[in-house]
Order: sequence, then structure tokens, then C-alpha cells
Amino acid sequence: MEGWVIAIIKVVFIWVWVLLIATVMTWVERRGAAMMQDRLGPNRAGPFGLFQPLADGIKLFTKEEVLPKKAHKVLWNLGPLLFALPAFSAYAVVPFGDKIILGGKEIILQVSDVNIGFLYVLAIGSLAVYGIVLGGWGSNNKFSILGGLRSTAQLISYEVPLGLALLAVVFVYGSFSLRDIALAQQGTFLGFLPNWGVFKQPLGFILYMVAIYAEANRVPFDLPEAESEIVAGYHTEYGSMELGLYLFGEYVNLVTLSTLVVVLYFGAWHIPYIDISKFLGPVSWGIVSFLILYLKVAFFLWLFVWVRWTIPRFRYDQVMGLGWKALIPLALFNLFITALFIQLSA
Amino acid sequence: MNQDPVSQVDQERLGELVTINIGPSHPAMHGTLRVITVTDGETIVKAEPEIGYLHRGVEKLGENLTYHQFIPITDRLNYCSAIPNNVSYEMAVEKLMGIEVPEKAQLIRVIMMELARIADHEVCVGILGVDLGAFTPFFYLIIQREEIYEIFEWYNGARLTNTFGRIGGVDADLPDDFEERWRELKPNLRKANEETEKLLTHNRIWMDRTIGVSAFSPEDALNWGFTGPCLRACGVKRDLRKDEPYCMYDQFDFNIPVGEHGDVFDRYKVRMIEMEESIKIIDQAYKLYKEMPADAPLKARVPKVIKPPAGEVYSALESPNGELGFFVRSDGSDKAYRIRIRPPCYMIYQAFNDLVKGGMVADLIACISSLNVVAGELDR
Amino acid sequence: MEDLRERVEKCLGPKGLVVAMTECRGDLSVEVPKARLLDVMHLLKDTPDLEFDFLSDVFGVDNLAFYEKQKPKKKPEGEETEVKKEKGPPPPRFEVIYLLLSLKRTERLQVKVRVAEDDMEVDSVTSIWKAATWPEREAFDMFGLRFKGHPNLKRLLMWDEFPAYPLRKDYPLEGRGEERHLVYGE
Repeated sequence: MEGWVIAIIKVVFIWVWVLLIATVMTWVERRGAAMMQDRLGPNRAGPFGLFQPLADGIKLFTKEEVLPKKAHKVLWNLGPLLFALPAFSAYAVVPFGDKIILGGKEIILQVSDVNIGFLYVLAIGSLAVYGIVLGGWGSNNKFSILGGLRSTAQLISYEVPLGLALLAVVFVYGSFSLRDIALAQQGTFLGFLPNWGVFKQPLGFILYMVAIYAEANRVPFDLPEAESEIVAGYHTEYGSMELGLYLFGEYVNLVTLSTLVVVLYFGAWHIPYIDISKFLGPVSWGIVSFLILYLKVAFFLWLFVWVRWTIPRFRYDQVMGLGWKALIPLALFNLFITALFIQLSA
Repeated sequence: MNQDPVSQVDQERLGELVTINIGPSHPAMHGTLRVITVTDGETIVKAEPEIGYLHRGVEKLGENLTYHQFIPITDRLNYCSAIPNNVSYEMAVEKLMGIEVPEKAQLIRVIMMELARIADHEVCVGILGVDLGAFTPFFYLIIQREEIYEIFEWYNGARLTNTFGRIGGVDADLPDDFEERWRELKPNLRKANEETEKLLTHNRIWMDRTIGVSAFSPEDALNWGFTGPCLRACGVKRDLRKDEPYCMYDQFDFNIPVGEHGDVFDRYKVRMIEMEESIKIIDQAYKLYKEMPADAPLKARVPKVIKPPAGEVYSALESPNGELGFFVRSDGSDKAYRIRIRPPCYMIYQAFNDLVKGGMVADLIACISSLNVVAGELDR
Repeated sequence: MEDLRERVEKCLGPKGLVVAMTECRGDLSVEVPKARLLDVMHLLKDTPDLEFDFLSDVFGVDNLAFYEKQKPKKKPEGEETEVKKEKGPPPPRFEVIYLLLSLKRTERLQVKVRVAEDDMEVDSVTSIWKAATWPEREAFDMFGLRFKGHPNLKRLLMWDEFPAYPLRKDYPLEGRGEERHLVYGE
């Protein structure tokens, strides 16, 4: 019984927390863009325009839902749902802190520490493409279909290097559980380097970073919704909260992917050279580990914004070329080298 | 309306091709352009521009308005830079009447036209960036364009539709603090251009997206009637400011940038360099202007009601987009008998199919932005 | 270097290709017989002394009102004399004007053909300059001039079903209330 209650509390907590980050993220994106572009950005609603996402949410919720005349009703409605759902569910196995001891009971800060967490994340992540392609197809609009098709090809192509890069991490830490990997990154190796994934898998990290930009449909890989080419891609015809789900799902995806970067490559809640958990009580360490983790996540979220407003967009064939001709061979090479090292050092 | 463009392409491949209608309301179709594309996947088999969505009968209006009344109409041609339109029209009427414009007025025209050229190129380059996904340079440039518009506004009260000058000269002298404003503006313009170059020119993605895209040979370009930056990008060194000097342009020292392949990158680069050259021209023109006596005439003696003698002339100048010409025929009355406008992008845009065929949809967007097609002057 | 006028005269004159030649403020304009238009254009383009290799623009002019207005009036006091044919049948209603440019010499020349209302067909110059593609379409759109050999002669600025030719002088400025009704396929 108690386990159930704790699990539900964790689910609700992480749900609200991720939503909150995604909401704030929309604000950060707009203010960040404005900062880079010598303008002000939204600054009317609340202090520094902080309530702008709230206003946007109210706007999206109260807008009329318009169904195109010739759209496929079922697929049309299914699209945004199938997109947003995996985005939220993926967080189930992602740790959001070390552990906390409350009333003598040890609670790990993760909804569920399944030992195939890795596969779960990959599997759920690749489900999102259905939302995009169904939405694009159901809209009965050529731009939407183009967007949907671009997205399908892109996501499938970039899942391969993503998976291969992650596989190398699994080789290094010998576990599929995200918590085990996070724990293993404490301490140092070779005497001075933090035991972080990024130092053990530098190439893998770069591959992973490139692949998640493609997975998240962010610049320079935002072809599925390239505004100047295909209007808005798969969500051209959507309005009101259905559009809101697409946009929101995207930000949730960003949060998930950034958290994964931190957990896999940037030592999760560890700080190099110091083990803070020794100086803190069990409760405060839980909170501090949570904060450290999300401080790192914030940096990667900001990186998304930074990149988005700095560089142009690829062309479709260039995206495919990069994926298949550069990233996949590199990922295979990385895998091979990793395996070789492990074999030799064993 | 028309027969389906697919059927004109290839009967056997009917099932494989898709017609995509881009525009007239589409984020990348500046104004109201429309291209009906036939695509094979994302590759363009045929692209047929369809124009006329902004047709306001400007030429017909010219036949029904007096010569001075028509000047505000010319603002609405290339609305990104109205001043060269005004001046081109005024020059045509002046030529028809045999009026010599005072030098001081000519210098003011040069200064304003070059400012307009910078503004126009800034919009074009900025939009090209936006259409290729690079949003930020657009703002750097558009802020500076706004500063230029401030100067226009402060000179004649309007930002966009300037109605600059009158037949026979200009109506007002440059305000006293022009020098100060220009001194403030100049480094900002250069800085904006520099930052844009930093963000774009050597960016690998930018290069991949622009180099070799919609390349055009100089022979083809001339055959299609290209002028302006698009022709110069193809490697033809032709600029009316040098070849058929007007408005004292022969007294200024400036270079004409020339591209090599006529692709999107060359057009972008030519425009970037031209902005710098324009800054130089303004400096020189202002220096000459300063040497003029303060009470030098700004306007030739022109009758109150303009009634040019019967005849017909064609006069052209180098607008930001290329050769902008006005053909004016007069029958001796106070209204033109026929006004024909030769908009530069009209000639360029008709080659659109040849420019984009075989490319991808994304290239089409890059191409259309780099040509700087302005619906106002295209449709008239 | 001879005067442009003499050179054009020397090139076209002996072949009987010049109907009239006028000059206004330095703009030379040569009227040529309609039937021989393509020959003239080829000659102007290929003669080494002229080399008008760039077509700047093509457009039509409707002379309806011009002649109506000119008849009762005295000659305007301008120094240039307008081509006016007092005797013989009334001059053809339409003109097509080609603006040529020699890139090498930076000289401009206007070539004119007159088109009668009962024979609106003119040879298309698109085979020589592709630049004429849209301007010729526009002339067709605005005046109803038909260009023989044009690859795609249909309306350019007005919609396809537009019933009139709006730049003709007998078309009112405010239009005749034409509306476009689009029928979307159901």
C-alpha cells in the first residue's frame, strides 16, 4: 500500500515538475531569443513577462477547435495525443535525483528503476513519430504530409546513431538501468578525470547531442515544421489545444532529452572531486541532488535555445546525408573502439 | 483555373508527381507571390509562378493622373525602397521636358537613393536568412533599416512611402543635423553587416544551403533580361550607375561587386558588398554636398502644371533590384499618355522555372528570397 | 563613330525595313514593318556595328485616344514633331514597342511596330530573347495583342476569365465591375 502511495506521489510530482519546466522553457525561449536579437520579447504579463506561458495556455485552451473539412477525424484527433503521451511517459524511468530517506524509508528519486530503462526510453521516444505522421496524414494537407514524411524519415534515421551512441554507454557502465549508470559516474578515473560519461565517451556524446537535436525537431533539424518551406509542417492545420499539445510535447521532449544527457554523460547529480552527500543529511541530500541535476539540465535546455537562434536550417537531403553518411559510421566506429577498449582492459 | 500543370509535365509519371501550390499566402512568399510547383518527392519538376495578386493597375492610373499626382503611386511599386522608384519616374519626366536638375538636388537624391539601397538589401539579406532558418541576423539588419527609415521620416515625414522629390529636383534641403545622424548610423550599419557576415557567411550550414543553389550562367541571365545584383552575381559587370551614369554617379568612386556562379550565395555576397559601397557613396556625396553653397537651388524652374511636349522617352536607373525604367509618352496634355514601368524583378522572376528546376522545395524558397521579388513592383 | 541613327539607317534602310525614325530627347525610335519584325531583330542583334543584344522591355500602346485627340488640335509646341499621317487610311490602333540595349556600347534603341485592330498578330521575339516571355504575355493580357510563336500565351496579371483588355483606352479606369468567382471542386 505504502509503495503505491509513494509511486503515485512521485508520478504526480514529476508530472508537475516537467510541465513546469516546459512552461518556463517557452518563456526562456522567447526571452532568450529576444536577448540575442536585440529586442525585448514578451514583458507584459507579470514580472519580466513570466506569466506569458499562462496567458498563452489560456489562449490555446479557449480557442475554437477547427476541424478541416476533409480531414480524417480519428487520425486528426489521435495525432496530438500520440505525440504528447510518449513525451510524458518517457520520464517514468529517468532519475530526477539520488535518493531521499523519509521516516526511515529509502525512496529513490525515480518513478521506477526498471533494469531495461534504456530500451524503454528508446522505445517510447520512437513512438512520438506516430503522432507526427498521423497528424500530418490526417490533416489532408500537402504541407502537413510533407512535414509528416520528413519527420518520419528524419526520426528513424537519427534513432540509429542515437541508439548506437547509447549502446556504447551501456558497454562502458555495463547496465541498462539509468540509475546504475548515474551512480557509476561518481569519483574519478585515470586519477584526475571525473568519472563522467562525457570523458569516457567523447565521440558518443557528440553523436548523441547531434541526434537529440534531430529527435527533438529543433534547429538545425527543424525540417518537419520548417516554417518558410512547408508553412508549419505536420501541425499546419491544427489550432487551439491540439496545437498546444504538439508544441508542449516538444518542450517536454526537450526536457527528457536534456535530462538524459545529464544522466548519461554529465554525471547526473555528482559534482566532480567532491562527494557532497557525505556532508548532508539524507533529506537535504535528496533535495540537493535534485537541484544539481536540474541545474545541469537547465544548461542543456539553454543550449537548445542558443543553437536555435544562431544557425540556419539544413536541407532535407543534407540531413539524410549527415545522418547516414556521417553519424552512423561514426557511431559504429565509436562502438567498435569502446568494445575494443573494454575487451583489452578486461 | 488553368489546366493542371501536372498534365503539362509528363503524362507517364502522372501518378508519381504531386502538385503543390505555394502561395499566395505562405510564410515564405513575400507579399502575394504564388508558385505552382510539380514535385517528385521533394524534387521540383516544374515551378510555374503565377502573378497578379497585387495588380492595382498602376500603369492605367498613370494615364489618368497628372504627372505630379503619379509620384505617390510610384511609392507603391517596390515598397522596400520607394525612393529609387520616385526618382526614376521623376527622371523620366525631366528627360521628357528637358529639365536640368540642379546639382545639389541630384546629390540629395543620391544620398537618399543609396540609403534606400542599403535598406532594401538589408531586408533582402535578412529575409533570406529567415527563410533558411537563421532568424537572428534578420533582427540585426532590420533594426538598422529602421534607423534608415527614421532618417527618411525625418526628412520627408514618411517611413515607407516617401514620395521623395518633385519633378525638377527635390522640395526640401537635407536637415542640418544630417551629418550627425549619419555619423551615428554609419558604424551601426557596418556592425550589423559584420555580425550578419559572422553568423552566416562562413557557417557550414549556410554554405551548404546557398552555394550552387539555383546557379545561373551569364548568357542565360542576359537572355532572360536579368539586371542588378542577380546579374552581377552571375559574373556580368553591369551597373547603370557606372554604365549610363545619372545623378552625378560618374563623380563617385565605388566598386561593383561581381559574383562567379550566380547562385544564392553570390547574390547574398554581392548584396552585402554593395551595402558597403553604398556607404562609401553616401560619404562622397555628402562631401560634395557640403561644398555647395547653402543657397544653391534645389529645384529647376518647372511650370506649376506639368505639360511636357509630345514625345516619348525611356529613362532607367539602377534600383536596388536592378534596372528600373519608366517609359513615358506624352501627348502634350497634363496627363501622361502612356506610362510603362520596367520593374527589375519582373524580368528576373520570369526565369524562375529555369532557376529552381531540379532543386528541392527548400531551394525554391532560398531562390525566391535571394531574387528579392517584390510583389508591388512585380504586379504593379 | 557614326551616329546611332545613321548606323541603324545603314543597317535596316537598304532592306526597306525602316518605316519611320524619330528621336526624342536623344531616345532613338525606329518603326519597322510588322511582317519583318523577326528579321529586324536578328539584324539589330547580329550586326557588328549595333549589337543590340539585350531586350529591356516589350509593351503595347493603344493609340485610340491619341488620334482622336490630335485631330482637332493644333500641333503641340514641342520641338520634336510627332509622326502623324494626315493622308491615307487611319493609322493602326496599337503599337508594340521593344526597348533594346547594347551592353557593349550602352546604347538604347526603341523598335516599334504598328498593329491594326483587325490583325492583332505579331511575331513573338521569345525565340531570340527569353526576356520577352512575360512582357509579351502582359501585352496580350492588357491589349489583346497576339504573339505568334509564344510558348505560353495566356493572361499574366488578370485572371484567365477576365473579359476585357484593361489598358486599352476605351476601358474605363474604374473597371466594369468584373468579379472573379472561384469555383472550388467539391
